[in-house]
Amino acid sequence: MTADISKLGLKTKWQDLTEGMIIAGSGTSAEFMTGEWSSIKPVFIEENCKQCLLCVPVCPDSCIPVHDKKRTEFDYDHCKGCGICVKACPFGAITMEGVN
Amino acid sequence: MARRDRLSGNEAVAEALRQINPDVFPAFPITPSTEIPQYFASFVANGKVDTEFIPVESEHSSMSAAIGASAAGARALTATSSCGLAFMWEELYIAASNRLPLALALVNRALSGPININCDHSDSMGARDSGWIQMYAENNQEAYDNMIQAFRISEHKDVKLPIMICQDGFITSHAVENIELLEDEEVRSFVGEYKPENYLLNPECPMSVGPYSVTDYYMEAKRNQAEGMKHAQQVVLDVANEFAGLSGRKYGLFEAYRLEDADRAVVMIGSAAGTTKDAIDRLREKGEKVGLLKIRLYRPFPAEAIAEALKNVKAIAIMDRAEGYSDHGGPLGADVMAALFRAKSTALATNIIYGLGGRDVRVEDMEQVFKDLQTMIVQNDAGDTYRYMGLRE
Repeated sequence: MTADISKLGLKTKWQDLTEGMIIAGSGTSAEFMTGEWSSIKPVFIEENCKQCLLCVPVCPDSCIPVHDKKRTEFDYDHCKGCGICVKACPFGAITMEGVN
Repeated sequence: MARRDRLSGNEAVAEALRQINPDVFPAFPITPSTEIPQYFASFVANGKVDTEFIPVESEHSSMSAAIGASAAGARALTATSSCGLAFMWEELYIAASNRLPLALALVNRALSGPININCDHSDSMGARDSGWIQMYAENNQEAYDNMIQAFRISEHKDVKLPIMICQDGFITSHAVENIELLEDEEVRSFVGEYKPENYLLNPECPMSVGPYSVTDYYMEAKRNQAEGMKHAQQVVLDVANEFAGLSGRKYGLFEAYRLEDADRAVVMIGSAAGTTKDAIDRLREKGEKVGLLKIRLYRPFPAEAIAEALKNVKAIAIMDRAEGYSDHGGPLGADVMAALFRAKSTALATNIIYGLGGRDVRVEDMEQVFKDLQTMIVQNDAGDTYRYMGLRE
């Protein structure tokens, strides 16, 4: 039984899950790669971006990192591909692969 | 040194719990199990135990509190009957799927309706697929002994599943019988201290309990849970062996009574097994080869061992103290028939619903069952495989 959440993934066998699906330890959600759940991903088109940052607070999974008051590339390890950021962007700086 | 006493089944279980001295006991009263928390509350008030006794407002809450206590790292239990168990429905599955060791002292009573306070097994039979270990008693001594063994099984590292210790409402819970009790120190050293590997109140390693599982994980999680049940049979036997060394009383997955050379057998659960033994003794005096298989461990279901014990029997009556409303028989009937089928048994088997809502079971009733089995053998036909006993019709 693994207690290491970073080793849990879509290919994990039943033998490697924790008993009762307990998660030992705190602050472990960053280590859990929910990005593999997504079927479509947002694409950041940097030349269209005005750095208004409207996309950042609407992301349910905090997958748009901000450095020096500027958003950077998506955190695809955790992005579930919901597409809310695409709706929030007024400048067409985010598209979804397969979705406009 | 063992002590002899005379106790009701409820007193016996409460006495076992006093000796175990669990950490947390949330409870809500319901007939006929009310006396268990009632007696235990007096132990708390008189300083006989260190237990945190929590009077809650419902069974939904008593099981929830027991689950929370177990997750926190405490040895916890509650008690209930009938509709109280039904009100714990959601929590039963939570306890089992979270692999939380805890105990439930269940005093079997009919489910409504019609509303009825007397014994049958419809409450616990409904919970048979909830992932709990279920163990049943024939008499007060067995109820006491099973309760003493409960936490050792439930907390075992290979099992980690909640356990239901069942006895028959009023028939054993309120009947006073002679009983042999262990000394407090013997019980405490047998049960030992509960030391969970992970628990909520561990400041060194906090943990999350009951996380959401998306479709990609749920099925693997359920299979993972089944692994605990697969280990339970061996643990039950190991704990029973150790208990026999302590008490001199031997337990297995089931009791085979005069079954070795029997050509006819009854399979049943609970207090009516005592009545059946009397019927068997009477018939054996007349030279009839009759026997009993009394289920102790119902979940997990020891299918292979049961089929093996019944391999030389020609006719079997499987007795269900609960309706299944499958129009095909009761739950024990379905389990035993499936076990016989898988073992390629050629025995003639019938399923008999009996004793619902406290309907009395007499020695003569069980003698008639064995007579009916003889008819099945003579006619080489099981006849109606879904029957009622003790019914006005």
